[in-house]
Amino acid sequence: MTAAPTRIILICSGKGGVGKTTLTANLGIALARQGSRTAVLDADFGLRNLDLLLGLENRIVYTAQEVLAETCRLEQALVKHKQEPNLALLPAGNPRMLEWLTPEDMQRIVALLAERFDIVLIDCPAGIEDGFRNAAAAAREAIVVTTPEVSAVRDADRVIGLLNTQGIEPIQLVLNRVRPKMMLNQEMLAVSDVTDILALPLLGLVLEDEQVIVSTNRGEPLTLNGNGSPAAKAYHNIARRLRGETVPLIDPAKEGQGLRAKLGRFMQTRIF
Amino acid sequence: MTLRDFINRLLGRQPASATLAKQRLQLVLAHDRSDLNPELLEKMRSEILEVVSRYVEIDVEGGDVSLETEDRVTALVANLPIKRARAIPLAAVAEPAEG
Ligand SMILES: Nc1ncnc2c1ncn2[C@@H]1O[C@H](COP(=O)(O)OP(=O)(O)O)[C@@H](O)[C@H]1O
Ligand SMILES: [Mg+2]
Repeated sequence: MTAAPTRIILICSGKGGVGKTTLTANLGIALARQGSRTAVLDADFGLRNLDLLLGLENRIVYTAQEVLAETCRLEQALVKHKQEPNLALLPAGNPRMLEWLTPEDMQRIVALLAERFDIVLIDCPAGIEDGFRNAAAAAREAIVVTTPEVSAVRDADRVIGLLNTQGIEPIQLVLNRVRPKMMLNQEMLAVSDVTDILALPLLGLVLEDEQVIVSTNRGEPLTLNGNGSPAAKAYHNIARRLRGETVPLIDPAKEGQGLRAKLGRFMQTRIF
Repeated sequence: MTLRDFINRLLGRQPASATLAKQRLQLVLAHDRSDLNPELLEKMRSEILEVVSRYVEIDVEGGDVSLETEDRVTALVANLPIKRARAIPLAAVAEPAEG
């Protein structure tokens, strides 16, 4: 056991489909790679997917449900990742768990995980109802994922309000599916617009990246294979920042991509 | 940016959509965060105007009461151009007589 207490981090967003599960899977692998004993907990009991993104769907025997019912031990339910043994998944049980699960149940599961891991990532369901509240009840800190779109930012704001009232701290922001070209053309909310509006520190930004879909098809998170793609690099950097390293952030709208981008910016500042 | 977009913007036809997005978000979040519906906001606005006009003559048309948000703090901002102060505030009349 290490001296530092286990970090219990909620990964949430309000709106669905913004990249929570993808972030949980990639961050889980990256943190494990960097030496943290990491558990990922699928708290999206209604629409579980974390097993699939990690490529572990065929190795599930028991789930959080059996652990809670005490029909199996935690070790029996945890699925260790073959290529990254520092990472384990605690799978979600039957969707009917939603009907009886309480915040105390979540706290019990997380307390068990905290005995064995340095970091626990909780993949939160969309919405702000019971599923979210249960997951948040067990968390100490949070990462809010959003995309630079009005609906996602608005929902993120609701979630941040709820996290604030629950006293969860720190809350950090990951901005996902960023398209630098659109930002440069002011056809997408700028990074600073989103951080200003939500008033959260930026933990990282992840570019829109086709490789995310390819990796999902294979069930192999991008972070398994180094820094090969922009998103993989971003996920690794987020993991490093979470572990306390200082890794500079680049603003895609300021970091020009060659002459055309610079020219574009020049024209914009001159004309508008 | 396509050539058409560029020309459109050059002619000032439409603000960039990111600017619109930011403005719309700021407005909707001010309402979300304060939990005030437009109806209540309108009631509050007219009552504020009523109170203020007891003391000063204000330009109702040129004024505006709004919610503004910065750093997760929402402020009620009233911008009420004053035409002139009232010589005797009407409120003084309404106050209970002394003695
Ligand atoms: N950076 C990205 N680039 C491209 N596609 C992404 C990116 N992040 C997420 N996606 C895609 O968006 C969809 C929703 O992601 P997911 O992680 O399941 O969201 P959530 O868990 O928030 O519902 C998936 O199809 C995923 O592949
Ligand atoms: Mg998900």
